[in-house]
Amino acid sequence: MDLDALLDCVTSSSCLVTQTTSGLIVGMLLFMVAAGLTLIFGVLKIVNFAHGTFYMLGAYIAYSTFAFTGSYILGVLAGGLGMAIFGVIFERVLISRVYGANVLMQLLICYAVVLICDDLVKIIWGPDFYAMGMPPEFQVPPLFIAGGVVPPFYIMLIVVALVIGGGLGLSLGLTKIGKIIRAAAHNPNMVSALGINTTLLYSLVFAVGGMLAGLAGGLAAPVRSLTPGMGFSILIESFIVTVIGGMGSIGGALIAAVVLGLIRSFGTIGFPLFTEGLMYIAMIIILVTKPSGLFGKEIV
Amino acid sequence: MHDNKAARLGRRTVLAASAAALAMPAVARAQANPLKIGIQSIFSGPIALLGTSSRGAIQPEIDRINAAGGLLGRQIQPIYRDSKGQPQEAARVARELVNTDGCEILLDAEASSGAYAVQEVVRDLGVLCVHSNSETSSLTADPKLRVATAFRSARQGVHDAIVGGAHSAKVATAKKLSKWATCSPDYAFGRDTTAQFLEFLKHFKPDIEVLSQGWPKLGAPDFTEVITKILQAKPQALYSALYAGDLSAFVNQGNVYALFSAMQVFVPAMGDLPVLTAVKNLPAGIQSANRYLPTFPATAENAAWGAAYRKNNNNDYPTNWSWENSTAIRFIEAAVKKAGSTDGKKAAAALEGLTIDSPFSTTGKVTMRAEDHTLIDYAIGWGTTVPKEPFVIDMEPGDWGQIAELEKEWKKSNGYI
Repeated sequence: MDLDALLDCVTSSSCLVTQTTSGLIVGMLLFMVAAGLTLIFGVLKIVNFAHGTFYMLGAYIAYSTFAFTGSYILGVLAGGLGMAIFGVIFERVLISRVYGANVLMQLLICYAVVLICDDLVKIIWGPDFYAMGMPPEFQVPPLFIAGGVVPPFYIMLIVVALVIGGGLGLSLGLTKIGKIIRAAAHNPNMVSALGINTTLLYSLVFAVGGMLAGLAGGLAAPVRSLTPGMGFSILIESFIVTVIGGMGSIGGALIAAVVLGLIRSFGTIGFPLFTEGLMYIAMIIILVTKPSGLFGKEIV
Repeated sequence: MHDNKAARLGRRTVLAASAAALAMPAVARAQANPLKIGIQSIFSGPIALLGTSSRGAIQPEIDRINAAGGLLGRQIQPIYRDSKGQPQEAARVARELVNTDGCEILLDAEASSGAYAVQEVVRDLGVLCVHSNSETSSLTADPKLRVATAFRSARQGVHDAIVGGAHSAKVATAKKLSKWATCSPDYAFGRDTTAQFLEFLKHFKPDIEVLSQGWPKLGAPDFTEVITKILQAKPQALYSALYAGDLSAFVNQGNVYALFSAMQVFVPAMGDLPVLTAVKNLPAGIQSANRYLPTFPATAENAAWGAAYRKNNNNDYPTNWSWENSTAIRFIEAAVKKAGSTDGKKAAAALEGLTIDSPFSTTGKVTMRAEDHTLIDYAIGWGTTVPKEPFVIDMEPGDWGQIAELEKEWKKSNGYI
């Protein structure tokens, strides 16, 4: 524990700027993965343990598209689109058969998909790790704001994640399809009785969830290593986000992801040997004091 | 006359047929009784590269031996098993390879956590075992852990720390670098390696001050908060024991913060081809040790080995683990030939102190040191990164005389001798 260093940091503008933006970038990428996870749970009550795999495949697709076309934007879009399609196939072929089934059954199916996809990645891309490398347009020196270091690439990531998160929130709140999704989360039988095609709706939810994870994988690809199984670590953190934010709450996921990012960035200065522990302590405190999470009562 | 000749031919035929009949079982036995070598490693999961790049070096060596008639006249049959990186599974697999599959020799290509588990199985079974990937020094340095029939063909952490400390102190003195930070993976290897490096760095340059230490989790997707913490500490130099995919991500994420122009960085594991080729924007000027480089030692044999590996493995690059496993098979081959037996005790006696020709040494020879069953005289050195091939230049080889002397002191200070 180094509380002096933490105090020095929060009273120094350079440290405050650097660590806050660092926390935001970690949080926003986490939010994009967790948002899909919590959306799927909110509507379908499925705990998608294969969600980290969507993130991994999105990153690999983005990597290959970038390598082929040289366009980072195309790479990210291909990652998102590819995972939207994969999400629909995953839902139709496998998950739709275990709606209402034991959670253990859902877990086994998701875990099987995780293992199969990890092996497929090894067959297609090989067991080595890959790095996309920074796209040429972002190979620029970092900005110095109030003495703090802020990379332009990370500003772009934060803005894109906020736009996507905001767009998702507005879509769910204001559009007709958003209202139907929210209604389905409350009472799927009533939505079905009103003649709405819930099969299509559920596929759409998986498509959006998969797309968010795929976009996150693609966006992060320039700065993260691509390895088979890379989705696992982000899945664990995404679960912490959804538990803290409240299972099914997009707004809760956003706040929890940012809080988690800030815990990591400032925790690594004040509690360098206990940063991971801090995240779990935050989760335990929420579980004990408010088991449904910060915004658990809001469904979607 | 005709009858007699026919009779003589008949006798010759009978004698030849008898000889052939007598020889047949031996030939059949040789074919039907292959020499099974159990090879275990991590072939699945995030660090499957450990196993695949080990196998990529092992199989061509075995093919070479088999094509030349095998070992003691027996064809080698490798039996590969995946421990999935779990120590308890590594121990179970080792026992199964010997007891169920009938392996007479073990090549343990596990990471350190698995190697310690396998070591205890070998102590129990008494077979010849070569640990080919574990670099944690205590495995062979600590007499309590040492096993009579177990050896290490891998580089050793303390050797890297001594050479790294000497080289880094030299650079630090020249560039006046006294304020340091470290960033290493948060498990036994990362912590031990960093502590050893700092110990020897301070041995050569006592005025070192460590301002900040970061311990990211192994396999962490994001190092941003650790990188920004390092930047806040404003050190003049940074040491990192990160490796493989973690190192690649760290370099890519460090690049966006211009970390590598803000301080002199020392990374022993940078000099491994999969890392060097995966990092798209490799910063110039990082000080790095060799893991495996086809240009160090700068010999035709080493370059040819590196090229042959790529030819045999779909153009994949060899790793540090590749040369360590190639060395393991070459030592097994030489020891079994010398002993004339695969018996654990006899082969171990032959392997103790054995010196073989090797492309992975600046002197052309490596030795399995008798006193602690570990590899010495392999190529170990530090150089400077450049963005394009050969990626690491100006390699300075370590001094094995100095390594031996300081390793002895280190062993004494740890109560090993």
